[in-house]
Amino acid sequence: MTQTGTDRVKRGMAEMQKGGVIMDVVNAEQAKIAEEAGAVAVMALERVPSDIRAAGGVARMADLTIVEEVLKAVSIPVMAKARIGHFIEARLLESMGVDYIDESEVLTPADEVYHIDKSTFTVPFVCGARNLGEALRRVGEGASMIRTKGEPGTGNIVEAVRHMRMMQSQIRKVTGMSRDELMTEAKELGAPFELLLQIHETGKLPVVNFAAGGVATPADAALMMHLGSDGVFVGSGIFKSSNPAKFAKAIVEATTHYEDFALIAELSKDLGSPMTGIEISKLEAHERMQERGW
Amino acid sequence: MAGKEKIGVLALQGAVREHLNLFHKLGVEAIAVKRREQLDEMDGLVIPGGESTAIGKLIRQYDLRNPIMDFYAKGKPVFGTCAGLILIAKHIAENDEAHLPLLDVTVQRNAFGRQVDSFEADLPIKGVAEDFRAVFIRAPLITSVGDDVDVLSTVRDQVVAVQQGNLLGISFHPELTDDTRLHAYFLSMVQKAIEKLS
Repeated sequence: MTQTGTDRVKRGMAEMQKGGVIMDVVNAEQAKIAEEAGAVAVMALERVPSDIRAAGGVARMADLTIVEEVLKAVSIPVMAKARIGHFIEARLLESMGVDYIDESEVLTPADEVYHIDKSTFTVPFVCGARNLGEALRRVGEGASMIRTKGEPGTGNIVEAVRHMRMMQSQIRKVTGMSRDELMTEAKELGAPFELLLQIHETGKLPVVNFAAGGVATPADAALMMHLGSDGVFVGSGIFKSSNPAKFAKAIVEATTHYEDFALIAELSKDLGSPMTGIEISKLEAHERMQERGW
Repeated sequence: MAGKEKIGVLALQGAVREHLNLFHKLGVEAIAVKRREQLDEMDGLVIPGGESTAIGKLIRQYDLRNPIMDFYAKGKPVFGTCAGLILIAKHIAENDEAHLPLLDVTVQRNAFGRQVDSFEADLPIKGVAEDFRAVFIRAPLITSVGDDVDVLSTVRDQVVAVQQGNLLGISFHPELTDDTRLHAYFLSMVQKAIEKLS
């Protein structure tokens, strides 16, 4: 009579994160700082995206001792990243009791054709997307939560804005279409027809959609909320800033009160310096993580 | 059955929209509440699911604790679901201090395990329904209840729904289904409270 791992339970978990901030952490100490600042979840990693960028080479699932350390350190949910298509990394994370898995373009893909069949897992997944077609392919594979890809580890919000605007405008377009136009639209977007039909009827994605990939300041977080994000992932933006505890708290508050500009102005003062940013045009094509995913 | 009552849903973080939608479905005015001043106009308050530590911190940061305690003291009903139940509990197991010590119960956070142990089940809820689809997500359990607390539902012999006068505490997520029966039940609590206050 009781059922685990249903769509409702997996998607519902993401619903509970709405309006919140999920923070990348690389050890127990950072996880505690994030929890103390009011994060709704932490993402346990071996290196934050900007360090992955700097280090180069193959980026894999985190050392599981780090994941274990973080699981023990906090009572909020713990997420962890698996490589695109690496369903064994995902199974290992699931077996350890991780609460959410990010099949992430931040890591080096393990499969350049297929993503993980996420519907076969009890643990829910979040995946990155740049547009509606990509988002719905991931949902079709069983993702229970979507986030924009942005351009991870750059501290530059421009790509996250591009992806969120693209998704919102495509959702509006599909909502306004007549039903007989949907199949061709599904073909063009590369999206499952049934999911497109669902958006046509409800006017929204069937899962929660967060912003990720470039959030570095409280104002960035508020910007993404105004553009229609359900919440925010902050990767390098917190622990690569000059004052992580303060930045973390300020980004949490700006996400909750994204319409209160006087408040965001107040908490943006005296913060110290944010992470150093990278101009997207300075990245070589192979350095752009957002291109990973199919 | 809906009248002029206004229900607030505390909107610091979590599943706010889902609660608003269910009240709207019942034809009731429901509003996302982020600041103290908004509380005065409300006849009932819902504290939704989300992350209790995150919501708890924001309650303290924006001095909402006393205004919500006063709201209840004025005779207005409060309904907590999942994280909201933790937030209104008088005692939290293995934890320092309560957030809004209203409901005379002890709750244990993440009592069923981690997310992979989250589940859904059909439950009877006293006075509400025989077959309510209850969605438990990293849910808390009520491990002990005070003398004035009425147990409304249990799962695996553990208490998951209670009422104490104007307080309703549920460890699952009625807002993740289309079932409005628990919200209608809370609405009737609000209507009775309005009658009493007028």
